[in-house]
Amino acid sequence: MEGKVVTMNLVRSHVLICGGTGCTSSGSETLIAEFDAQLKKAGIEDEVSVVKTGCFGLCALGPIVIVYPEGAFYCRIKPADVEELVREHLLKGRIVNRLLYEEATGEREVKPLSEVQFYKKQLRIALRNCGVIDPERIDEYIAFDGYKALGKALTEMSPEQVIETIKKSGLRGRGGAGFPTALKWEFAAKQPKGVKYVCCNADEGDPGAFMDRSVLEGDPHAVIEAMAIAAYAIGSEQGYIYIRAEYPIAVKRLRIAIEQAKEYGLLGNDIFGTGFNFDLDLRLGAGAFVCGEETALMTSIEGHRGEPRPRPPFPAVKGLWAVPTILNNVETYANVPRIILNGAEWFADIGTEKSKGTKVFALGGKINNTGLVEVPMGTTLREIVEEIGGGIPNGKKFKAAQTGGPSGGCIPMELIDTPIDYDSLLSIGAMMGSGGLIVMDEDSCMVDIAKFFLEFTVDESCGKCAPCRIGTKRMYELLEKITSGKGEVSDIENLRTLAGSIKATALCGLGQTAPNPVLSTLRYFEDEYMAHVAEKRCPAGVCKDLLQYTIDKDKCKGCSICAKNCPVGAISGEVKKPYVIDPAVCIKCGVCEGKCPFKAIARK
Amino acid sequence: MKSLAELEAIRNKTLGNINMRQDREEGVRIVVGMATCGIAAGARPVLNALVDEVSKRGVKNVIVSQTGCIGMCRLEPIIEVYVPGKEKVTYVKMNPEKAVRVVSEHIVNQQPVLEYTVGEAEQ
Ligand SMILES: Cc1cc2nc3c(=O)[nH]c(=O)nc-3n(C[C@H](O)[C@H](O)[C@H](O)COP(=O)(O)O)c2cc1C
Repeated sequence: MEGKVVTMNLVRSHVLICGGTGCTSSGSETLIAEFDAQLKKAGIEDEVSVVKTGCFGLCALGPIVIVYPEGAFYCRIKPADVEELVREHLLKGRIVNRLLYEEATGEREVKPLSEVQFYKKQLRIALRNCGVIDPERIDEYIAFDGYKALGKALTEMSPEQVIETIKKSGLRGRGGAGFPTALKWEFAAKQPKGVKYVCCNADEGDPGAFMDRSVLEGDPHAVIEAMAIAAYAIGSEQGYIYIRAEYPIAVKRLRIAIEQAKEYGLLGNDIFGTGFNFDLDLRLGAGAFVCGEETALMTSIEGHRGEPRPRPPFPAVKGLWAVPTILNNVETYANVPRIILNGAEWFADIGTEKSKGTKVFALGGKINNTGLVEVPMGTTLREIVEEIGGGIPNGKKFKAAQTGGPSGGCIPMELIDTPIDYDSLLSIGAMMGSGGLIVMDEDSCMVDIAKFFLEFTVDESCGKCAPCRIGTKRMYELLEKITSGKGEVSDIENLRTLAGSIKATALCGLGQTAPNPVLSTLRYFEDEYMAHVAEKRCPAGVCKDLLQYTIDKDKCKGCSICAKNCPVGAISGEVKKPYVIDPAVCIKCGVCEGKCPFKAIARK
Repeated sequence: MKSLAELEAIRNKTLGNINMRQDREEGVRIVVGMATCGIAAGARPVLNALVDEVSKRGVKNVIVSQTGCIGMCRLEPIIEVYVPGKEKVTYVKMNPEKAVRVVSEHIVNQQPVLEYTVGEAEQ
């Protein structure tokens, strides 16, 4: 073991480079190579260590580089910038101002991350090590108290005490439904002794969500440690992490982490000399949304086609290979070691009365700071969008946010001050979901959004039960009809009726929640649906079949630019006189609108 | 891993090296002037000696960082020591041996090494 430990004597500076999927695709691997080369050239390669970490959260500004001990936060670093960073910052100690993160106010300065606007309201528990440690080195995880919680649980606590601590902390599942974690563990623990399994749901199927991937890429040992603690609590010796094969970086880091934990004897037999045994394996999924549903997930691990089955029996009684099994989400697990170490009260002090702790969100859509954020439960949507997210680009107005992905709903402007917690979201017809948070501005059509999510569920329905297989398809067809201008007022009622029966009769959560995006957009934006069916108009100007491009004859100067650029020759006129668009020929591509120098072309 | 002590040993060995990555509001800061003048006068070996000594002695809550020109080029290499609640102490004409003494006397024993300070050098 000795020989393997990388000693970092004499290292005076650390260059942390994000190696998450986002920054990797914007080129962080070449950056690392360039840093290595430039440090060598400057002759300081032994004094500065370059560390590839997990996600810092501000994916929109990647690749991100942080230099410690100064804590300089550099954004959008290109290989060409590296020479200057090495020469100025690392060799001469001068911060390179032009590359520093720029606040909305335009200021660039070195300050603790906790004071940067993007991080100010955040509290990182599940993401505590992401962007701080090298996820491929178990020693760094251990340095920040890693595996200490497992040690404490095994040597100082009984399994009942572990469950009691989790119960008192108020931790609820982060995978969607918010079920109390300790209850699940308790059910499984109470089953007769024998083979039991601990599983981790890393399927993460919501479109646009990447919270779990980031935890696994940035801090894989946190999940491994938590699963070992859970295994001790319920009396299991084997765990499985079910992860989609589309997450190659997360899979690789998990493999390395499991290998290192085995080498250190933190997985395997007689852990900490206590006689407790636990082993962990990965199972790769093919990326079907339904495989995130717990019974389908277990069926898939067993090697069958991933289809759900009715509950009860619940997995805690009869799960994987028909023995008691617990399944928790990646983020749920990532909270566990801290709770064991810091105590239930510490965790229960964070958040709201019924939603404790923090929640990680993948912030996307029409928002300036696309990225990953972790906030205490109870933070309002407004704080997330306006303060952390930096608002909406191009001066547009906020219209709604979608949480919970294809199972969730939207939160309109008038509810932007809703505290984000399980119960508040449910009460307004949305849901926490796993943490996708998609922001929409005034240019988004809510009927079109509902159609987008329904198209997703139609695609992802496994087909086992009729309500989901046929019902969601019929709903989708109604939405198609409405967005193409053929809708009738009665279609809206039909949508509601269908939604009700699918919710009541579908076999699993996928079907039961599939109508939610339609129901919630209907609840808050029924007028928009009505405009589509009664007036054949799309107020946001998205649904092509309902659009009309027209030329305002008072603004048109007759310059003919539009006519020259129209790909189908739909615009005609005489120079210096107003031009006209022939709606029968127009394909609504929007080119003319973009080209008109006088803003004379309107889309309605 | 057969005991918590083993875990603690790994923790202690690594922590000193990566502790600088945590944001901190308090704690001691030792800053080395690393402008061209400082480097020419030998600031790099001083910086490295400081880092080495701090980690060797396992003193917690100390970061060694660098800065640009401190403004008294003829007195380089210069280091500044910031202890919370105390006045900044500036040491001049440093070398690695003197740096080691500053760590052991000023940082560990809280006795500034007066003879190296800028006040002394100016007299
Ligand atoms: C269609 C469908 C997809 C789901 N996808 C996921 C997923 O990707 N990740 C996840 O953790 N939970 C997902 N869930 C929820 C799981 O069934 C289960 O409730 C969860 O993994 C339990 O963990 P938790 O209590 O820690 O949240 C999904 C549920 C349904 C119905």
